[in-house]
Amino acid sequence: MGIFEKIFRRQPHWGVHPDDNKRPAADAPLRSLPLPELLHVPMQQHVGGPARPVVLVGQAVRKGQLIAEAQGNISAPVHAPTSGRISAIGEITAPHPSGLAQLAITIAADGADAWCERAPVSDPFALAPEEIARLTAAAGVVGLGGATFPAAVKFNLGRRLKVSTLIVNGGECEPYLSSDDRIMRDRASEVVDGLRIVMYAIGAREALIGIEDNKPEAIAAMTIAAAPFGNVQVRPVPARYPMGSDKQLIQTLTGKEVPADARAAEVGVLVHNVSTCAAVHRALRCGEPLVERIVTVNGGALTRPGNFMAPLGALVVDLLRFAGVNGRPARLVLGGPMMGVVLPHARVPIVKGASGILAFDAGEAQIPAAGPCIRCGSCTRACPMGLLPLEMASRIGAEDLDAAAGFGLSDCIGCGCCAYVCPSHIPLVQYFSYAKGELSARERSRLRNDATRRLADERQARLAREAREKVAAAARRKAERDAAKAAATTRPAPVAVAVAPGEVAT
Amino acid sequence: MSGRWPVIPVAAPHAASTGSVARVMLWVCAALLPATLYGFWLYGWPAIHLWWITIASAIVGEAFCLRLMQRPVLPVLGDGSALLTGWLLALSLPPWAPWWVGVVGGLFATVIGKQVFGGLGQNLFNPAMVARVALLISFPVPMTRWTAPMPILSTVAPGFVDGLRITFGGLPAALDATSSATLFGYARSELSRGVDLLQSFSATQAPAISFLGERAGSLGETASLLIAAGGLLLLALRIISWHIPFAMLATIAGSALLMHSVDPARYLDVATHLLSGGALLGAFFIATDYVTSPNTWAGQLVFGAGVGFLTYVIRTWGGYPEGVAFAVLLMNALTPVIDRFIRPRVYGRDRRGAALEIDA
Repeated sequence: MGIFEKIFRRQPHWGVHPDDNKRPAADAPLRSLPLPELLHVPMQQHVGGPARPVVLVGQAVRKGQLIAEAQGNISAPVHAPTSGRISAIGEITAPHPSGLAQLAITIAADGADAWCERAPVSDPFALAPEEIARLTAAAGVVGLGGATFPAAVKFNLGRRLKVSTLIVNGGECEPYLSSDDRIMRDRASEVVDGLRIVMYAIGAREALIGIEDNKPEAIAAMTIAAAPFGNVQVRPVPARYPMGSDKQLIQTLTGKEVPADARAAEVGVLVHNVSTCAAVHRALRCGEPLVERIVTVNGGALTRPGNFMAPLGALVVDLLRFAGVNGRPARLVLGGPMMGVVLPHARVPIVKGASGILAFDAGEAQIPAAGPCIRCGSCTRACPMGLLPLEMASRIGAEDLDAAAGFGLSDCIGCGCCAYVCPSHIPLVQYFSYAKGELSARERSRLRNDATRRLADERQARLAREAREKVAAAARRKAERDAAKAAATTRPAPVAVAVAPGEVAT
Repeated sequence: MSGRWPVIPVAAPHAASTGSVARVMLWVCAALLPATLYGFWLYGWPAIHLWWITIASAIVGEAFCLRLMQRPVLPVLGDGSALLTGWLLALSLPPWAPWWVGVVGGLFATVIGKQVFGGLGQNLFNPAMVARVALLISFPVPMTRWTAPMPILSTVAPGFVDGLRITFGGLPAALDATSSATLFGYARSELSRGVDLLQSFSATQAPAISFLGERAGSLGETASLLIAAGGLLLLALRIISWHIPFAMLATIAGSALLMHSVDPARYLDVATHLLSGGALLGAFFIATDYVTSPNTWAGQLVFGAGVGFLTYVIRTWGGYPEGVAFAVLLMNALTPVIDRFIRPRVYGRDRRGAALEIDA
């Protein structure tokens, strides 16, 4: 790195630096959650079409057995997180603030936790890249950083667009969370092996592992694990939120800027999370589908916060009990404090994208009341996308959503920096989410109206055409009749011509 | 544990910085404190009385409007913005001005300058400067009657009661002799008499330029160094950025340097321009008002340079000896225009907002 790069890359001009609150939870050794009696495995744990159940109630399943298959091009299958019997296929509260229900398969664990037949691949580099993508897809691996985009779809995209650089995201910039930190410390060799498989699958020449410099243990472990491979580099990056966001990490590591409305792969870069790489390793080397993940359970309302290896489908309440709840949490958050969602209650299952569960005490949950905007511009300086949050918010406040869109609302990544720094504590992200939702609803209704109008126009055209044809047919029949009549007058008709009722009156 | 508990849906982020509007306002007041205390020492009890009268009037004006609009009064007053507005206005008034100047100014600042626009954050113009200009235009005589410094412990200085008498009763004839011109006022009147600056400033009665501020002027303009120190404190605390003060002072200095080197007999030098009048108070405390200045750094540079240039033009060729207040108001009016045309570049887009070209 040149001196200019050092100066300019070390200190990003965007972002915020919240208290990270990662320790002591990050330093506590990884613990396994005791197997719950019931696991509720949702069918929608990924971006794309929900999986379709392929098991019946009462059926016995083994750990790792396929219980729901992918549906559509962008989807992911779901596997049994433990052995047992399917006790129900019904609804469970989705991990979403709405508290709406979604389809889930409930497994009554038999306690044996017995694996199904596994098919490990001893040398993934002997396989065709397409085959690696197929096996990764079959193992249900999705982006574990929270985006939950099916990993294999990204592999194929990367191969098609000839991506040269794989960026491995170990940023974990969200405060409180340390699941990626833990996997890098405890399973560095798995992460490095997984990322090399990913490199091979997408045809990348080099891999850059970006890790925030507030995780020295992870940097040390990953540096050792990556040492044998010349094309895999560990790159510490400044601890600055939102460093873990794709666009910001790509810019920090490569200096490239992803154009608006374009995908990272189009500039030759693909980003995968460290935990995703570890899951790819397990899928290929061990033949184990994605059935468990590390979940950070943290927050002031817990007595023993830490990182737990939890089977998918375990309830949040199971994890909270294991971590020791100290009184009633004032707020439950899935994900980190900057972008996480509030959970309606604790009977919500752990899904593939659940990197953390936060149980806040009253002090942590306290957000001061919102005041007027004093145009201090803190939000503008914090915005990693270079937007003007205060201008957008004032337009949205006046319901002028088009003007807000003109200020670049669609480029907002919802990272929450603006709302975090706002001295008036205006819930800016709420404004933007509202406006984005409203604009996309308008867009949908505009498309629907256009479609309706087109159908109506076509109907009008058809009716007009039919009417014209009717008239033409009538004229033709009349002409034929007249011709027949003319023929009859030359030879007197034997029968009277039928008279229409209307004509009788005259 | 397994039961539901009432949840109020809250949008992310679930964390907030410790900043608050009141914190910002109170720090600005704290930064003004040294210069204010020094001004009290220089000008004595009448200045102290005028100061609290102005602030109290600004707060009463704000409270009155809030009551009228049936908004909560105490939480809004607690943000400290009315206090700061009154304080800044008091610092820009002649220290021995009569009480009603403070009352009219304070009320005008918060009622007409701020609440009429919709309260904090909505006003187009800096409320303190709106009030100062309104006072200057409406009451030119008391607004331009300056007092020579008379340190509070000296024997000629009025005591507490005399101070009240001066503030509420007007200047006694005996003390009228102490009134004096500001440096800009002196330079202007001498120039208009046909005496050039080289001669007039060599005369004995010429007001000396003093870093310590022992000269006639408002509370906020005499103690230049303390005002600048307060400004540096705000910079260090990152409450203000350097862009507006730098652009404004650099433009004033640049203009003064140019014109003074062209004709030293007609144009004042750089130090006089920077250290006299409201240049420093304006640069650090008034032009940097968040509400009425642009919100990008580039825009702030344009804004600061505009204030500096207009200040110089008004001081040198305008009808008033001092121009910071007018310059700030004029540039306030341009702020929406600056904000419209100067915007930060959005990630992934060029300056015009079109998506960047893809070059892999």
